[in-house]
Amino acid sequence: MITQLQHLGAWALKRFERLGRSHLFLFHVSAGLGELLTRPGLVIQQIFAIGVLSLPIILVAGLFVGMVLALQLYNTMVNFGAEQSLGPVVALSLVRELGPVVTALLFAGRAGSALAAEIGLMKATEQLSSMEMMAVDPMRRIIAPRLVGGALSLPLLAAMFSAIGVSGGFMVATGLLGVDSNAYWSQMQANVDLFDDIANGVIKSIVFGVVVTWIAVFEGYDAAPTSEGVARATTRTVVNGSLAVLGLDFILTALMFGDNG
Amino acid sequence: MRQSRAVEIWVGVFVALGFSALLMLAMKVSSITSYIDNKGYQISAAFENIGGLTVRAPVRIAGVRIGRVSDIRFDSDTFQAIVSMRIDAQYNHLPLDSSASILTDGLLGENYIGLEPGGDEESLKEGDRIEITQSALVLEKLIGQFLFSRSQGGASK
Amino acid sequence: MKREHSIQIKVLSASGYFEHGVNLRTMPDSGWLRMVGSMLDGSSLVEIRGLRFGYSGRMIFNEVDIDIQRGKVTAIMGPSGTGKTTLLRLIGGQEYPSSGTIRVDGANVPELSRNNLYQLRKRMGMLFQSGALLTDLNVFDNVAFPLREHTDLPEMMIRDLVLIKLQAVGLRGARDLMPSALSGGMARRVALARAIALDPMMMMYDEPFSGQDPISMGVLVKLIRELNDALGMTTIIVSHDVNETASIADYLYLLSEGKVVEHGTPERLRQSGSEWTRQFLEGLPDGPVPFHYPAPDFAEELLQVSASQ
Repeated sequence: MITQLQHLGAWALKRFERLGRSHLFLFHVSAGLGELLTRPGLVIQQIFAIGVLSLPIILVAGLFVGMVLALQLYNTMVNFGAEQSLGPVVALSLVRELGPVVTALLFAGRAGSALAAEIGLMKATEQLSSMEMMAVDPMRRIIAPRLVGGALSLPLLAAMFSAIGVSGGFMVATGLLGVDSNAYWSQMQANVDLFDDIANGVIKSIVFGVVVTWIAVFEGYDAAPTSEGVARATTRTVVNGSLAVLGLDFILTALMFGDNG
Repeated sequence: MRQSRAVEIWVGVFVALGFSALLMLAMKVSSITSYIDNKGYQISAAFENIGGLTVRAPVRIAGVRIGRVSDIRFDSDTFQAIVSMRIDAQYNHLPLDSSASILTDGLLGENYIGLEPGGDEESLKEGDRIEITQSALVLEKLIGQFLFSRSQGGASK
Repeated sequence: MKREHSIQIKVLSASGYFEHGVNLRTMPDSGWLRMVGSMLDGSSLVEIRGLRFGYSGRMIFNEVDIDIQRGKVTAIMGPSGTGKTTLLRLIGGQEYPSSGTIRVDGANVPELSRNNLYQLRKRMGMLFQSGALLTDLNVFDNVAFPLREHTDLPEMMIRDLVLIKLQAVGLRGARDLMPSALSGGMARRVALARAIALDPMMMMYDEPFSGQDPISMGVLVKLIRELNDALGMTTIIVSHDVNETASIADYLYLLSEGKVVEHGTPERLRQSGSEWTRQFLEGLPDGPVPFHYPAPDFAEELLQVSASQ
């Protein structure tokens, strides 16, 4: 009983330690952000590694999610004679929820794990340490550009996901289900608001971008410098990143859309 | 740091795609136009009951959307709801004695404001108030009235 | 062969920068100036006093005093796990001691501000055990990395400097290879070229000979000594390869269990009366450091097991 309590206490202490460390880490990285303005090349490199390489999976996923959404919702809505509202329902689900959330989850799996593994390996092979000895601060040279690259990439990826999803929904709705194409767009435009829906979706994806990338670079930087440590960091990035996205999504949704009833 | 040209091109394409997706969401999915030409004019109307009307609900005349509900307030003196509407600038010849009613888009659709043009020579201008209004049809009341009139009709027979 | 090689380095380091007309301000003071300085002045470059350091209760250094002479090759030796690598990290300011001072060129490293520490590190080179090359850059870019990070030299000049350094380690022909295509010994030499790219006043080598075949070991031994003499650097080697290290070191420190056991020139230590020193230098399997990890008596333990059954 006592030992169990001790384990619990040790576990809790470890959680708090990691929480504190991750925030101090973010603080240290932020100190190096200003320097990036003079070296945009570093960020461009990372947008390529993080954003461009995630593009295929995001586009394919977005297309299919939009198509499936249209198909499923149509079957329900046609019972109420509400199939004309297919457009807005597809668009709202994508723009408000699925776009930011699914993109962030895929991003954690695709880019987040790659980031954590890359940084973890750099640590395990003493590359970070040798950089420090060359008087190059890895926080500024390695971590900061990745954080910015990730935070910039995710909102763009999420926008592409939503846009291609809406188009996929349009293809299914008009091509397969016979919904009037004008109704699809005009109903959508009448019901989707630029600020309440689209801007809020973008804000969500910016938050997710920062948080998922932060988790990824922290887990990599904090990994034990062994191959096992790197493997664990990658797993933790995906798990913690996904949980953080889902939890934050609930909080953000409650804040943004909670008073709309 | 030498930058490979291919990387730069790809990132350029990526950013361009991302922003065009955002632009598409803004232009095609939502109606950015309703924010751009905000030069319309504001009118208001008082209703006994607005039912499920919300801000941003469309204002229609003959089924055509001519504006949006911009604000809903409660007047604590008259116990009425004051609904402000922003009408797009191009629809500036609405007769002064037009009437407004709260209608429903289909059986389960959203509420909107339908304007019925009157015969006045003068037009509605910024700040005018529509005098003739008809409240939302509340389903429970409607059923109540229906049952009431049925039972009355049955009694007189 | 040996002669030719060392002359080449001397010529390049002494006159190379001036031929290219490099602004002296952008380059750290070049080797030969320091060489002259170190000849005039035999003082210590690194001065460690009363160093204590430990992780989670375990003491790694307990009151350690070490002096590293300018212009000399000093080796720090000891069995695995005595914290030799940690010592280099302490000198480089990557770890902080519990107490004591570590003065490098007059400045106490643990007390330096972040900026001053980074300034100091530009004048230190360190060769990591694994080489620690940046895996996403090829050999050329790896050597160019510190130059590109710390100077605004035009690409032409960086190219020349990188080729000079690569030539010095004999790998000019490998400039386009990726680190994954290099053998362990080559990776270490590339890392060495990178470490001397900024012409440091001091080089630290972490286990430079471990896991090398005899040929690359020989190459590294020669390179370390020659770079030290040709560039007028001060060298610290951390190692437990006795013969190779003793062959190039001017001075040895033997560390064990958190203390300096003995120090002196290799010749003096070989004649040392200390049992421990003899065991370590000659690699005897048993001696003051016992062959067996502490355990209860073997015969007794065997009997115990059969009795309990």
